[in-house]
Amino acid sequence: MEPFALLADGFAVALRPLNLSLAFGGVVVGTVVGLLPGIGPINAIALLLPLLFAVGIPPESALILLAGIYYGSQYGNSISTILLNVPGTPAAVVTALDGYPMARAGRGGEALAISAVASFVGGTLSIFGLVLLAPLLAGWALRFGPAEYFALMVLAFAAVASFSGARPAASLVAVGTGLLLASVGLDPQSGIPRFTFGRLDLFDGLDFVVVTLGLFAISEVLLAVDRSGAGALLAPPIRRARLTLAGLRDVGASILRGSGLGFLLGVLPGAGGTVSTFVAYGVETRTAGPERTFGKGDPRGVAAPEAASNAAATGAMIPLLTLGVPGSATTAVLLGALLALGVTPGPLLLDRNPEVFWGLAASMYVGNLFLLLLNLPLVGVFVRLLRVPGWILIPGIAGLAVVAVLAVNRNPFDLVIMTGCGILGYLFRRGGVPLAPVILGLVLGPLAERNLRRALALGDGVGDALFSSPLALALWGLVVLVVAGPAWGRFRARRPWGRSQTAGGDA
Amino acid sequence: MSGRRIRVGFHLRQAAASAGRVPTAHSPLPLLLLALFLLTTGCTEGGRASGWECVAPANVGGGWDLTCRAFSRTVNDLGLAPGLMRVGNLPGAGGGIGFAHMVGQRGGDEAVLAAASPATLLRLAQGQFAHLTEEDVRWVGAIAADHGVVAVRPDAPWDHLDDFLQAWRRDPRAIRISGGSASGGQDHVKMLLLAREAGVDPRSVRYIPFDGGGEAMTALLGGFVEVFSGDVTQVDAQVEAGRLRVLAILASERVGGALADVPTAAERGYPVTWVTWRGFYLPPGISQEGYDRWVRLMEEVGASPEWAVERERSRLAPWFLVGSDFEGFVREEVRSLRELSRQVGLLP
Repeated sequence: MEPFALLADGFAVALRPLNLSLAFGGVVVGTVVGLLPGIGPINAIALLLPLLFAVGIPPESALILLAGIYYGSQYGNSISTILLNVPGTPAAVVTALDGYPMARAGRGGEALAISAVASFVGGTLSIFGLVLLAPLLAGWALRFGPAEYFALMVLAFAAVASFSGARPAASLVAVGTGLLLASVGLDPQSGIPRFTFGRLDLFDGLDFVVVTLGLFAISEVLLAVDRSGAGALLAPPIRRARLTLAGLRDVGASILRGSGLGFLLGVLPGAGGTVSTFVAYGVETRTAGPERTFGKGDPRGVAAPEAASNAAATGAMIPLLTLGVPGSATTAVLLGALLALGVTPGPLLLDRNPEVFWGLAASMYVGNLFLLLLNLPLVGVFVRLLRVPGWILIPGIAGLAVVAVLAVNRNPFDLVIMTGCGILGYLFRRGGVPLAPVILGLVLGPLAERNLRRALALGDGVGDALFSSPLALALWGLVVLVVAGPAWGRFRARRPWGRSQTAGGDA
Repeated sequence: MSGRRIRVGFHLRQAAASAGRVPTAHSPLPLLLLALFLLTTGCTEGGRASGWECVAPANVGGGWDLTCRAFSRTVNDLGLAPGLMRVGNLPGAGGGIGFAHMVGQRGGDEAVLAAASPATLLRLAQGQFAHLTEEDVRWVGAIAADHGVVAVRPDAPWDHLDDFLQAWRRDPRAIRISGGSASGGQDHVKMLLLAREAGVDPRSVRYIPFDGGGEAMTALLGGFVEVFSGDVTQVDAQVEAGRLRVLAILASERVGGALADVPTAAERGYPVTWVTWRGFYLPPGISQEGYDRWVRLMEEVGASPEWAVERERSRLAPWFLVGSDFEGFVREEVRSLRELSRQVGLLP
């Protein structure tokens, strides 16, 4: 059990007083940064890097601080997502599906507590996965070629078809809108501009944060104007702030499922983290049993994606460790920080700088623990955000969105895009069109397109390249199951001799 | 059925329930928002404050950002700037936003420079910065470089570059090449240059673009492609670990470290080089004295041991070209890249 001995050494590193206080400081800073989408952990880390150089702290301590900021920002973002419906990452969009309805029903404290616990469990389980399965899973990441990735994307799209119980046509409109928004910008394969109207501002496409802030935050403000009333609150006073043991039991299985899925998909470089939350949510809606309250404030809809996104963050460390290839944007920044701190990243990292890797793994765990200790007692404070009267909070959200959008690219043109998306989001919400599939289309559309085109190019333009490996075939099989399952249920329900009580399409 | 109208209905009900309620306690929220606001304005500051600025036309952590940060760190360590030199990030359009900013809004500003690389020239050559061209700015110099490589799996059937090129000539469609840039980008173009030199029709080259060198390398390791096109710093750790084999370096001289034994393409009789230099340009409309001042600064930085340390830390090779030599180099590069892009159909 050599890995555990090494992990123990890692904990010895992580538990040094300096490192402990850095982890704590990082978590606090990260939580504040995460409250405001747009800055993002990457920028916070970049701002701190020169400081780290100047102080000259050892690489593992620097990494511990950075990991703390990263985890803190994820949780900070969950706070603004659940309480204000202002998600800053694709993963948080999934959390918003049920987290925000929970807050509006006076269960914001419970949602925040579930998010903290789910993140912690997801993080903890995946650390064990990292220690035990890293060598095994390195091969798994290599088996995913463009064809397999494309099938995975289609699976995610199929899983979302059931989101929020909306009419299939409305979901289709939403996904289509997302895909359309995603096609703006330079075509990633050929470098040809699409829908840019000659504006350089549009060459990089529409930024995720800008679109999301518009769709969610600005439309929220517009809806609030609809409701009006100077003293109106965003949500009724908190009914139940605390997470009970019984409540925890209800979401236990969801957390476990989310952790497992998140970890496995997080290992895949590039897309894993984002896909995992959507797939985890989709799985929950399928396995939930008779009472289907997803999209209306179901705690399981918060627990599964939160666990998945945290587990995926750990899973993304595996390709970095075993292949020397960063598995996500964040690990790429960690890799850059390693480089700048004089540690050569790559497959030899584990041999040459074991204290860095295992120290990081241990500090991820410590950071998770700090988050839990810091945030569970503070849940009550955060929830008080909702007691702020509308005449402060509504303009506050609008101001927050403007600042956040400017923080992304420092480009005022983004404000125009955000406002446009806000109006679109408002119309969609009034018309009963769900917003999450828009984000899915926006985020996964380009990945699906690129991998489809790559797969076809690898197969020299022949379509059966998409079905050439057993892994791809298995994924396509899952797609068929996910699509055909509910349809079959509805079909049976409609026939007089079907068991109409348990039919799947009753939402 | 109930799910259909839930969103709208929900809000209306909430509004009805919460209308007229007044908050009971003061909240720290306004203060919190103010703090956040100050924090972000602090983070995004960098408009037109006094002092020198290095504009990185990319996000934090990207190549141009690292170039700017290493350069300004050295300038500050050496005390060459009045006050401290700052780094400002202006990401977008593969450097186009930064380029347009320098041309449109910083004209005549002698306290600013922007980071560039061959990727900048490629986009200029292919007209991807709208109407802007390489003549719209002043090219001041390059102070470090990476070099292109052609890499394969250790079990690949080719021992040397010649074996590979022979196979490539025989059946160009059988060789799939992965790289981290888009079609027409650096990793594609360096293989096109090699193809032209080796007598392979550049139009038959099968280049599969990936999102960055990491994913492109994973595709090679996973057996989805036969060849990886990248740079020395992307592959050296993998070579050391025995996971990759480099067939040739596209440089005029061999590089050190893990790749010390790898011959250059020129040694094998194919004089193809691809220098991924790290350099800078200045805004238009500056005086000749202003331009010369920056050239002298580049020379001072380039010759300093402090820069050597920074360069080593980024594992870049020494490469130095400034002033009118560099301007001439840039013009010639853009011209030949434009010609190549036309030849292979990337440009009309």
